[in-house]
Amino acid sequence: MAEPKRVNYPIHCNDRNVLSERCGLNFSGKIWAMKLHLALAQIATKLGDVESNLEKHIDYIKRAKSNKADLLVFPELSLTGYVLQDIVASVAHRPTEDDPVFKHLLKASHDLDLVIGFVDEDERHRFFIASAYLSGGKVVHVHHKVYLPTYGLFDEGRFFAWGDSIRSFDTRFGRVGLLICEDFWHASPPYLLWLDGADLMIFSSASPGRGLNDKEKLDSARWVERVNKAYASMFTSFVAHCNRVGFEDGLLFWGGATVNDPNGDLVAQGPYFEEALTFAELDLNQLRRTRARLPLLRDERTALVQKELDRILARGRSNH
Amino acid sequence: MVDLTINTDVARQILTGFIRSEVTRAGFSRAVIGLSGGIDSALSCALAVDALGKENVLAVRMPYRSSSPDSLAHAELLIKQLEIPSKTIEITNMVEPFFALDPNITQLRKGNVMVRERMIVLYDQSEVFKGLVIGTSNKTEILLGYSTQWGDSASAINPIGDLYKAQVRQLSRAMHIPTVIIDKAPSADLWDGQTDEGELGFTYEQADQLLYLLVDQRYSLQECVDAGFDKQFVNQIINRVRRTQFKRMLPPIAKLSNRTVGYDFLYLRDWGT
Repeated sequence: MAEPKRVNYPIHCNDRNVLSERCGLNFSGKIWAMKLHLALAQIATKLGDVESNLEKHIDYIKRAKSNKADLLVFPELSLTGYVLQDIVASVAHRPTEDDPVFKHLLKASHDLDLVIGFVDEDERHRFFIASAYLSGGKVVHVHHKVYLPTYGLFDEGRFFAWGDSIRSFDTRFGRVGLLICEDFWHASPPYLLWLDGADLMIFSSASPGRGLNDKEKLDSARWVERVNKAYASMFTSFVAHCNRVGFEDGLLFWGGATVNDPNGDLVAQGPYFEEALTFAELDLNQLRRTRARLPLLRDERTALVQKELDRILARGRSNH
Repeated sequence: MVDLTINTDVARQILTGFIRSEVTRAGFSRAVIGLSGGIDSALSCALAVDALGKENVLAVRMPYRSSSPDSLAHAELLIKQLEIPSKTIEITNMVEPFFALDPNITQLRKGNVMVRERMIVLYDQSEVFKGLVIGTSNKTEILLGYSTQWGDSASAINPIGDLYKAQVRQLSRAMHIPTVIIDKAPSADLWDGQTDEGELGFTYEQADQLLYLLVDQRYSLQECVDAGFDKQFVNQIINRVRRTQFKRMLPPIAKLSNRTVGYDFLYLRDWGT
């Protein structure tokens, strides 16, 4: 498939005309007449056993490949498990060709693109909750989780460094954005990815089930599903979510992978509470059809947002 | 009136998954449960059978000579219904020599000794049967601290500790626990005529409702009063929860070094599994 012609705009562009032009360039039906075969691997992990988790990744990669998947997404911290606490430093890896774990994954990424969850250690030994997008044997992008929940049952801020950037990036399927769990509980990261050109948002989670009441779904599942659908609808984009399963002590991760299309319609859903490989065929032309009908991206008034944000921040009315 | 209704299908799926996962990851495939004839142990037992299979759950009945015959009979009812292996190990001969050492021993002390003796028997059977001891304390009694430390509160894992008493009843009905067990007055059966609610001085229904507001919904004292609860009752419960916090924790260790168990040596039990 030919790489689409692309015009690079500054990330913080605030000109609505630029946005609409970019959209038209990237996603005219002629250039992007394609389908993306997406696979979501909602796996259970062994806590702190990277070697064993890597084996499971390789197994799922083989299964996804045999089902002709183009892109396979693993959950948050898929190589390590979630409640790492004092295990963090001993399970950190760098996404490089000479890393004993990533060399296998990079090799596998010649067959299909991969999103991997891991603990990233930077050169100055800060540890991040990270997702890496691998393709063609290369690391295309690494996202560091920018919102570390440190309240209630969560204690991430105690053990991890805060990521400090939110960037979309180009892939062979178009422009993509990665977020990790709490990142998308806040509205601003998906919004920034949208403005930065992402038409496919890939969310990965290790979301513990909580809030059992008389309904069929746990509160945590209902909330996450609701916002996923909302982002797909409001940003007229594809939103894929892959959440892990399995227990860590008394915490159950609920799974339930979803893919919503630019109309906000659910196109695939994985089961709750059990391991599964969920496939979805994404018709990328849906972006064009939806945005021709509903030009929310075209009409987004980023300059107005920036102006008002500047005013709000100047008056000290925000948290930060 | 607060609605504590739960979806019992979801609860059952999560709790059986929890038992299966946590028992097998600890290197076991079996479970041991002290069956009192009451609803809490009946529910834990039924969940364990769901999770591990009936041949892998050992029910242990541990009567004292003054225990109500109903307790034994109700436990028997469940053992037959679930078709599980069982043992009856009477604790009378174990605890009476201890009681005889002190003619001034009180009812409460006797009760505590009996409960802890049952813990000893269960952990011994755990070794014999090669099964983990499954807990039987519900959220209401855990929060109220209505238990004997290292006695009935002792277990390897507890599947029902986040269910209020009313939710234990609801799930028990869904799991077809015999009605006679669900409907009878809760009792530790440590002395004749003892009932939980008689000893506590309020009903489980009242406690469930108030604890749900205080703990789950983070209501303040005044908000609970505004919601219709008696101020004295609210204060009583708040004090009781605070006073019994020690029962919900491992003993604090005095910190001396740079790294101390309980403070900055932090690993889940599932570490490496």
